[in-house]
Amino acid sequence: MVQYVPIVLFTLVAVSFPIVTLLIAKAVRAGSPHPVKGEPYECGVPATTTAFETRFSIRYYLIAVLFVVFDVETIFLFPWAVMFEKLALFGFIEMMVFLAILLVGYVYAWRRGALEWA
Amino acid sequence: MWVDLIVTVIKVLVVSTVLLTGVPIMVWVERRGSAMIQDRLGPNRVGPMGLLQPVVDAVKLMTKEDLTPEGVTGTNRFLYLLAPAIALVVAVSTFIVVPFGYDPGLELFGHAIGGFVVAPDLDLGILYLFAVGSLGVYALVLAGWGSNNKYSLLGGIRASAQMISYELAMVISVVGVLMVTGSFSLDDVVLHQAGTWFGFIPKWNVIPQLIGAITFMVAVFAETNRLPFDMVEAEAELVVGYHTEYSSMRFASFFMAEYINMITASSLIVVLFFGGWTLPGIATPGGWLGALATIGIFAAKVAFFLWFFVWVRWTLPRFRFDQLMALGWKWMIPLAVLNFLWVGVAMALGYL
Repeated sequence: MVQYVPIVLFTLVAVSFPIVTLLIAKAVRAGSPHPVKGEPYECGVPATTTAFETRFSIRYYLIAVLFVVFDVETIFLFPWAVMFEKLALFGFIEMMVFLAILLVGYVYAWRRGALEWA
Repeated sequence: MWVDLIVTVIKVLVVSTVLLTGVPIMVWVERRGSAMIQDRLGPNRVGPMGLLQPVVDAVKLMTKEDLTPEGVTGTNRFLYLLAPAIALVVAVSTFIVVPFGYDPGLELFGHAIGGFVVAPDLDLGILYLFAVGSLGVYALVLAGWGSNNKYSLLGGIRASAQMISYELAMVISVVGVLMVTGSFSLDDVVLHQAGTWFGFIPKWNVIPQLIGAITFMVAVFAETNRLPFDMVEAEAELVVGYHTEYSSMRFASFFMAEYINMITASSLIVVLFFGGWTLPGIATPGGWLGALATIGIFAAKVAFFLWFFVWVRWTLPRFRFDQLMALGWKWMIPLAVLNFLWVGVAMALGYL
C-alpha cells in the first residue's frame, strides 16, 4: 500500500489548490451584480430558449459508441504489449487474429458511414 | 517510515510548486512568442521584458467579479461550479508519474530518495496517467453543460467527441513503446532508451517508431485542445466554447489547467519518445551533480516541446470539425496500429 502514499499526498495538494485560490478570490473580488450581467452570452440578442433545449447532431452519440468499442481494444493491447517478449510468436499470432476480427468491425463502421461527418 | 514520509512530502511540494510556477512562465512565453512570430512587441511594460505580466494578470483575474449566468440553478449550478476545479485537479495530478531525472541511489537525511519521480514504486505509471488524464474531459463537458449557453454547450459536446477520438490514437501509439520496454513504469521506459546505436545514434524510441511519435504528438495536441485542434474553443465560431460564461478565478482555473496540461504533455512526449533525461553519452551519471545534470537535460527537452506548442499554434490554421474527425478515425488509428505492428515484426526479427 505504501506506494500509493505519494498519490494521496499529491492529490491532496491538487484538490486543495483550487479550493484555496477560489477562497482567496472570493475574499478579494469585486461584486456589483446587475441583471444584464447575468444573461447568458448570445451576441447581445436575448435568448429565446435555455441552452439545455439546444439540439445537436446525433453523430456525437455514434462517436461515443464507437469509442467504447475501440477503447476495449486498447485495454486488451496493453497487457499483451508488456508481455510481448515472453509470449513470443504465439502471442503475436493471437493478437493478429484479434486485430483481424477488429478490422472487420472497423471496415463495417467505415463502410456504413459512421466515420463520415457531413 | 517517518523519514520516508518527509522525503515524499518534500518531493510532492517541490514538484507541485515547479509545476504551478511553470504556468505563469508559459503564459509569458506564449505571449512573447506569439508577438515574435507576428512581428510585434508583445507585453513589455510590466517588469523587464514584460516578465511580470502573468503576475499582474493573476491579480486582475482574482479581483474580477464572479458571475453565474441566469438559469443556472440546482444541479446545473453545482456542475457549473465543480467544472473548473475538476479541470485543475486532473491537470495537476497527472504529473505524478513523470520521471524527471536519474537517481544513482542518492540519499537525503541518510534515507534513499527513491528516484526523481513523485510516486517511484507505482508500477502502473502509464495506466495511471491515461486513467486520470482522461477524466479531464469531464471538466469541459460539465462546464459546457452547466453554463446555460448555446456556445458553451456546443463546445462541451465537441470537446467530448474530440477528446475521446484522439485518446484512442494516443493510447495505441504508446503500445509500441510498451512492447520494447516490457514494463508500465515510465522510469523503465527512459532507462531502456539510454545508450546509442553505432556509437552516435541515440537509442530514443522516436527513431525506430517515427510514426508512433508523430501520431502521439498529434493526438496530444488534440487532447490539450491546442491549435490546430482547438475546436473546443474556436473563437471565431463558438466565442470561446465551454468557458464563455466563466469569469474571475474560475476562468483562471481553466486557463491554468490548459497550461499545466501542456507541461505534462511535453514531459510525456520527452519521456516516451525522446529519451527522457538521457543524452548520448550522459545516461546514468553518479552523484548529486550528475542527478542535477539529468534534471537539466529533461527540463531543456520539455522546454523545447513547450515552445513547439506555441510555434505550432501560430503556424497552422484551425481544422474544420469534419476534417478533425476524419483525421482522428481514418488516419491516426490505422497509423498507430501500423506503428506497433512494425515494432512487433522488428522485435520478432531481432532488430529491436
